[in-house]
Amino acid sequence: MKYVDEFRDGELAATLAVAIAREADTGRDYAFMEFCGGHTHAISRYGVTDLLPANVRMIHGPGCPVCVLPVGRIDMAIGLALARPEVIICTYGDCLRVPASGGLSMLKAKARGADIRMVYSAADALALAQANLGREVVFFAIGFETTTPPTALVLRAAREQGLGNFSVICNHVLTPSAISSILESPEVRRLGTVPLDGFVGPAHVSTVIGSRPYEFFAEEYRKPVVIAGFEPLDVMQAIRMLIRQVNQGRAEVENEFSRAVSREGNLKAQALVAETFELRRSFEWRGLREVPYSALRIRPPFARWDAETRFDLTYQPVPDNKACECGAILRGVRRPTDCKLFGTVCTPENPMGSCMVSSEGACAAHYNYGRFRDVPLKVETMETST
Amino acid sequence: MCLAIPARVVALLDDENCTVDLGGVKKTVSLALVEDVVVGDYVIVHVGYALSRLDPEEAARTLALFAEAGIDPGSTPEAA
Ligand code: SF4
Repeated sequence: MKYVDEFRDGELAATLAVAIAREADTGRDYAFMEFCGGHTHAISRYGVTDLLPANVRMIHGPGCPVCVLPVGRIDMAIGLALARPEVIICTYGDCLRVPASGGLSMLKAKARGADIRMVYSAADALALAQANLGREVVFFAIGFETTTPPTALVLRAAREQGLGNFSVICNHVLTPSAISSILESPEVRRLGTVPLDGFVGPAHVSTVIGSRPYEFFAEEYRKPVVIAGFEPLDVMQAIRMLIRQVNQGRAEVENEFSRAVSREGNLKAQALVAETFELRRSFEWRGLREVPYSALRIRPPFARWDAETRFDLTYQPVPDNKACECGAILRGVRRPTDCKLFGTVCTPENPMGSCMVSSEGACAAHYNYGRFRDVPLKVETMETST
Repeated sequence: MCLAIPARVVALLDDENCTVDLGGVKKTVSLALVEDVVVGDYVIVHVGYALSRLDPEEAARTLALFAEAGIDPGSTPEAA
């Protein structure tokens, strides 16, 4: 496929690996965080880690929207669906298996009679409301800056059409605030616990917000940011660019994904989002706790389509499973294999924590693609005795 | 859910929609978030919406940079 295969070419990957090894200073360590779940997936799936020198370490950041969704928000949707039989909750597929309170998930609540359905896009959610005028269709909207503009579009359409049976539980969160919260976290600030030398900036999020919002981090925290595309060669080239910046003592925003990202981003989408949503004072992120001004809520002119207002929903925070290390993993303090439940009690078939649910989650990515790498190879010669 | 790949626009439809070709698979995608897309353009698609248009010149430039990685700057005459 054009614009895909060229960016996965094995020979070029080997060339880039040689260039990275040549440029990385053997006298020091490098630790870079890839923020975006798509990058976590690509790094695990294509074994990018195996192509990097031992002194270059990648930390999986909190960029998987399902992984950072707190349990209380899912409880909210399940509670609504169980309490009101007229309600149909619809959401993206990844949300359905996230463990919620009381041993439930949206999928398990469905088995108990809640009408919960999967949709592929926000437009499908709107169509579901148009097709079920006698029901209340509630779109459980999640995601970063990439899924927010589509939600804005359907809210606007619902208002234009005067569609009274459609509403949205808005869980949209913002990338730059999450990056700040990591940089402000005590583990990162107290030098030595989590060394962080730079960020691989998100691909699709950046198509919408542009490269400009990262300029603040580069300046304020003296951390280089390189925005990268989703293919393995993109990620490798971005790592190489980060190593160069570190070596030269620079902290700038560079754009490896220039084929799709500009400095300004998608202005049409930004205007639409600004018209429909406003900042929440604070929002709880799984693993990062409450993060100020890190999420969006629906603006008052659209209040009729805001399910939190319409059904008078209140958020009840829920502590995570004690043994689950998702929080520390999202902050780069722990690795999936540090968790006692990893691969035994907790697997993608039966996830205990959210990092195991989506294939972009750090635990699931490591389980699916990387878990055998850490197991030392044992070659056993069988005695053929007769 | 962040995963997505570039898709080629093969036909423009009503209501700001288009048909894209994803390696032989045809899908309907909304163009409501982008401007001035024409048939033949590649777009980055996410949850059913095109988020941006792919710039072929920039793509070629990036690929050229990958290829250059094979050249050791230490061994070129300029660096000597
Ligand atoms: S393995 Fe499961 S329980 Fe452990 S940190 Fe990962 S998601 Fe949480």
